[in-house]
Amino acid sequence: MSIAAKFEIEYLQYLDAEGKQVRDDLPDFAKNLDHMVELYKLMLSTRVFDAKSVALQRTGKLGTYASCLGHEAAHVGIGSAMKPEDVLAVSYREYGAQLYRGVQPREVYMYWGGDERGNDYQNEPARHDFAWSVPIATQCLHAAGTALAFKIRNEKRVAVCTIGDGGSSKGDFYGAINIAGAQNLPMVAVIVNNQWAISVPRKIQSGAPTLAQKGIAAGLYCIQVDGNDIIAVRKAMEDALERARNGQGGSVIEAVTYRLGDHTTADDARRYRGEQEVKDAWAKEPMKRLRNWLVAKKVWDDKKEEAWKAECDEWMDNEVNAYLETKTQPVTAMFDYTFAEVPADLAKQRDRVLSYENKAH
Amino acid sequence: MAQITLIEAVTQALAYEMKHDDSVVVLGEDVGVNGGVFRATQGLQEKFGELRVLDTPLDETTIAGVTVGLAVAGMKPVAEAQFEGFIYPMMEQIACHAARMRNRTRGRLTVPAVWRAPWGGGIRAPEHHSEANEHLFTNIPGLRVVLPSSPARAYGLLLAAIRDPDPVIFLEPKRIYRQYKEEVPDDGEALPLDVCFVLRDGTDVTLVTWGAQVKETLEAADELAKQGISAEVIDVATLTPLDFDTIAESVQKTGRCVIVHEAPKTAGFGAEIAARVAEECLYDLLAPVERVTGPDTHIPLFRLEMKYLPSMERVVEAAQRTLAAS
Repeated sequence: MSIAAKFEIEYLQYLDAEGKQVRDDLPDFAKNLDHMVELYKLMLSTRVFDAKSVALQRTGKLGTYASCLGHEAAHVGIGSAMKPEDVLAVSYREYGAQLYRGVQPREVYMYWGGDERGNDYQNEPARHDFAWSVPIATQCLHAAGTALAFKIRNEKRVAVCTIGDGGSSKGDFYGAINIAGAQNLPMVAVIVNNQWAISVPRKIQSGAPTLAQKGIAAGLYCIQVDGNDIIAVRKAMEDALERARNGQGGSVIEAVTYRLGDHTTADDARRYRGEQEVKDAWAKEPMKRLRNWLVAKKVWDDKKEEAWKAECDEWMDNEVNAYLETKTQPVTAMFDYTFAEVPADLAKQRDRVLSYENKAH
Repeated sequence: MAQITLIEAVTQALAYEMKHDDSVVVLGEDVGVNGGVFRATQGLQEKFGELRVLDTPLDETTIAGVTVGLAVAGMKPVAEAQFEGFIYPMMEQIACHAARMRNRTRGRLTVPAVWRAPWGGGIRAPEHHSEANEHLFTNIPGLRVVLPSSPARAYGLLLAAIRDPDPVIFLEPKRIYRQYKEEVPDDGEALPLDVCFVLRDGTDVTLVTWGAQVKETLEAADELAKQGISAEVIDVATLTPLDFDTIAESVQKTGRCVIVHEAPKTAGFGAEIAARVAEECLYDLLAPVERVTGPDTHIPLFRLEMKYLPSMERVVEAAQRTLAAS
């Protein structure tokens, strides 16, 4: 018997759980320690932001919120590797990547706080990124379509989508990587495998030993990385983006991490997973290893950590205040963006709603 | 000037707009070399290349989602669902993203895309190839649902749909794809969306319809005329947003309203029109509103399908009942 096809999936890690460097071939960006400190600072501010969001929800100032606790390395690794002209299509918890690209915490608060204006990202380059996408994996096809637009217009840009381990089960994900392979599209799909799709664990999500290998079937380049090691995530992203930009096709990156929090604030993960598992996962979380590594390089210390945390607290307080001070949109806002111009038939409904509103005041 | 069929008018509109706007792209199954299974995209790939007339993998979800991604990225995609019965996997992308992108981003991102689909029964096609399900789209805010019923309206409305800044579901009545030819100048002149077309003036009864049923309805008006009954015929054309004013004006004049569509009766779009007539024209009515529709069953396989579709005779009888009532 001859072999029709054969594959293997490489696993990439630079820093172990304690921050010990397990490879000598550090990528260039990681040799720039100032830059690594910047990445660490964004991971830390993401964590401060996330804790603030959960606190807002718990005190009734935010609706349901999807926490990113434990995903900081994966998300900042993705966002920081992209160029401004690239496009990001996320699901709904990739704040680390989005903050890097200019999304403001107040916009996150507005979205989860019941205001569509949260999706109207004001800052470039986030302004041309996709909005949060709650229907699972649907954003993967948006990235494929955007990548196709780049190819048609001959632009050296890449569309990146992120999904979870659960999302990689959906047809939209398979469809996206399939057309990316068939048309050699400049697209990178990152599976942020945090082991849990609400209450369904990774092992019954798919029989595949790695989720990265799903891309093999589509003809894409595939790699699995330690998703708690920002150097590994960033390196895999840089390689994938460069290949895509050079017309060498798309990639699937599986970043293996762990959802340290509940699925959302409406979820209670204690119903379906054991304490020991979560404890073990905390031992491998992404902040500690990078901090240890930076401290060993003598570019970070407790004093700097405290000072930066204080700065983050101030930043988030400002953002929270801006959010809380945002006036509710006029009732007619629900009509104003349904079409480019309000059609005559819809205008009648708008006027009716407005008349109730005027009576109420 | 050449006389063309409805499907040739579709091709002519696509070719015109692709020639004049580089951002227009066509994608779907078999739309390339093969020119589409009905030949709606005949010759386009030769003219505009494999990327702008893209044969996609055989996955409707992919076509729909990629269309959203193209549109948000500044293209004007025209996606083809090979048959209306295959559009269901596209629904999530259409309802959850295309239709609400502008609204949920407060206008930051938009989806100027068209989904075309050969629609309806009556061509002796296999199972799942004869669906009329326009009502599934008319209840989705943010969509335009358009059905042309002649070569000229197919050309003008498709141009308008492609140029529209919002998503359009463009349902092509395949039973009348090649029913007749008419002169359609290739002048790039669009017809207005969001308006009904009054195809025939009358004073005794208003016949409201769209798509392939325009054929039977106009024939019914001819038949009624022989009986001395003057029927006004309205082609709704854009179901949503609805131009109800044109329908109301007609019903206020005639006092009688017959709605004709081939989709199942219950919660079909005729129900919306009947409800509006009740809301706005009740005191003008001389007879109860009549609906001539497909029954609340699946359209049968083709030995029985013509019994399912509204016939000219059924439309005539319904109009006669409204006249007998007063």
